[in-house]
Amino acid sequence: MYRYDEFDHDFVQARVAEFSDQVERRLSGEITEDQFRPLRLMNGVYLQLHAYMLRIAVPYGTLNGKQLRMLGHIARKYDKGYGHFTTRQNIQFNWPALSDIPAILADLASVEMHAIQTSGNCIRNVTADHFAGAAADEVADPRPYAEILRQWSSVHPEFSFLPRKFKIAVTGAERDRAAIQTHDIGLHLKKNAAGELGFAVYVGGGQGRTPMVARKIRDFLPEADLLSYCTAILRVYNLYGRRDNKYKARIKILVHETGAEEITRQVDAEWQELKDAEQKLPEADIRAIEAYFAPPALTGRPDGDTAVKVARLDSKGFSDWLDQNVVTHRHPDYAAVTITLKGIGEVPGDATDSQMEAVADIAEKYAFDELRVSHEQNLILPHVARADLKTVYDALVDIGLATANSNLISDIISCPGLDYCALATARSIPIAQEISQRFASLERQREIGELKLKISGCINACGHHHVGHIGILGVEKKGSELYQVTLGGSADENTSVGEIIGRGFSSEEITDAIETIVDTYLGLRLNPHEIFIDAYRRVGPAPFKEALYAGEAKAA
Amino acid sequence: MKILTANRLGDGIAVWYAHGGWAETVDHADLAQDKAAEDRLEAIGAKAHADNEVVDVNLIDAEVVDGIVEPVRLREKIRAAGPTIRNDLGKQAARAA
Repeated sequence: MYRYDEFDHDFVQARVAEFSDQVERRLSGEITEDQFRPLRLMNGVYLQLHAYMLRIAVPYGTLNGKQLRMLGHIARKYDKGYGHFTTRQNIQFNWPALSDIPAILADLASVEMHAIQTSGNCIRNVTADHFAGAAADEVADPRPYAEILRQWSSVHPEFSFLPRKFKIAVTGAERDRAAIQTHDIGLHLKKNAAGELGFAVYVGGGQGRTPMVARKIRDFLPEADLLSYCTAILRVYNLYGRRDNKYKARIKILVHETGAEEITRQVDAEWQELKDAEQKLPEADIRAIEAYFAPPALTGRPDGDTAVKVARLDSKGFSDWLDQNVVTHRHPDYAAVTITLKGIGEVPGDATDSQMEAVADIAEKYAFDELRVSHEQNLILPHVARADLKTVYDALVDIGLATANSNLISDIISCPGLDYCALATARSIPIAQEISQRFASLERQREIGELKLKISGCINACGHHHVGHIGILGVEKKGSELYQVTLGGSADENTSVGEIIGRGFSSEEITDAIETIVDTYLGLRLNPHEIFIDAYRRVGPAPFKEALYAGEAKAA
Repeated sequence: MKILTANRLGDGIAVWYAHGGWAETVDHADLAQDKAAEDRLEAIGAKAHADNEVVDVNLIDAEVVDGIVEPVRLREKIRAAGPTIRNDLGKQAARAA
């Protein structure tokens, strides 16, 4: 994985020193909250309901054991013994004292981590496919390009005060696991007919109060042009993005109001000025960054097949976990493992200090010291020898992280909601927990099959409800929480925004409503292989509306 | 009725104005029953903000239940108690102990 060079070290250290001084001056009253607020936000410090919140960047979701162990240490020493992994592949701590944040940032810097640009109207943490470098279906690891974008976008003088925040995601596989079409810029790394690497470029995706699917504005951008083309997009956005209205300030609104064709023309015009100048990436530089992401030396472990077969017979739990949480690796003797942070009835994305430390140990011993955070709020071990899977499984069982529910209905994305968030209008986590408990039986979950359920506690959609196969949006209505259901959303290569199915449900009704939707699907699917989203796309909302609301119409 | 709430500058912990200071629980927060009392609380909040004791100062609706002050809105109830999903955290944790 990427290692800081001297420049990175100096840059992060300088920022720790600078922000420590700012915190000190704030605590002594030398600077006001109005002066301090933008400074703290640039360093990932928010004020939430109960306390400050610190959001730490995990660039393209990649961590090593030492880093995860440090996060566990921070959770224990400065927080309340846990952290929350987010849909942006970052981690948040919910209870740090402002006075401790300089020490936390110093600890983070010691393991090449920071909280820079995790807030503010700048280019945020670049996210990537969590199976990058391991996936059998990718043309190349997308993370070197994410790292190039990180270096380019860090304290970029021109793009530090954009009309609004700006999110870039990159995938190297046809099967999109990075939700690139819901990002301001989505990059799909691919090869052209000549075998050269480049990107399909999508612009203007986003969720929030105005969900939009990104538009493809270029089918193949040579890799050398990555920065010049992104600069051109950002320039057009920086010039014409709406600064008059916060709610219309994202690039998705600009793309929508201007039209994809015209935006493409404007970007191209800008790009012509840039493409052959200093931002053209030298081949040697790309390959040098790529070298940091060189895959671990995966030695042949042909004993894996037998080991897995024997262990399967021995343990149903292992067998279920293998079927659900383990995916094919590009090397036949290896596999990528999803550690779901979605135990039945648990808080989605939360991990305790000791769980983080134990997972760090497992990664170091059995996974070439590599970890990922997925945007679905899980942890990933991207390279595990199949021969070691049972050992890894047993170690995960010991720490309560072996729930075999990856991609099933209890593998829920949920924002923190009103239990923590100052912006939330309703709680999300208790709804996630109740649904998880209702569908606790893994057998029943597998019978239902792949189903992406996503919950947000306000219109800002941090819980990605718009692109859930089933989405739930919590709002406040007449002083109570009300949950609106959307169906048919998806965040993969066939991205779609879900449709509101009808009137909302109270917190007491919502789990029953979800069960009704699931039962309706089970009743109408063509066969067990037709997953929820495919069935919904085939039949549309009518049968679900009928099941949810027909009784009411008759009663009225 | 209104009460005055904020978060403490140094640690961000939610606090309520009570008996001439900032209390860590809402239970005995000073109640404003009329406009004049609200203005008085607001002035206290503005001064505490200016003096860098607290941030995010707000006057919020409250009621008295069995002699104890309770916020009216769910958001403020959760601020006053802690996350509803973790009874071991926030103000409710100290209360249970």
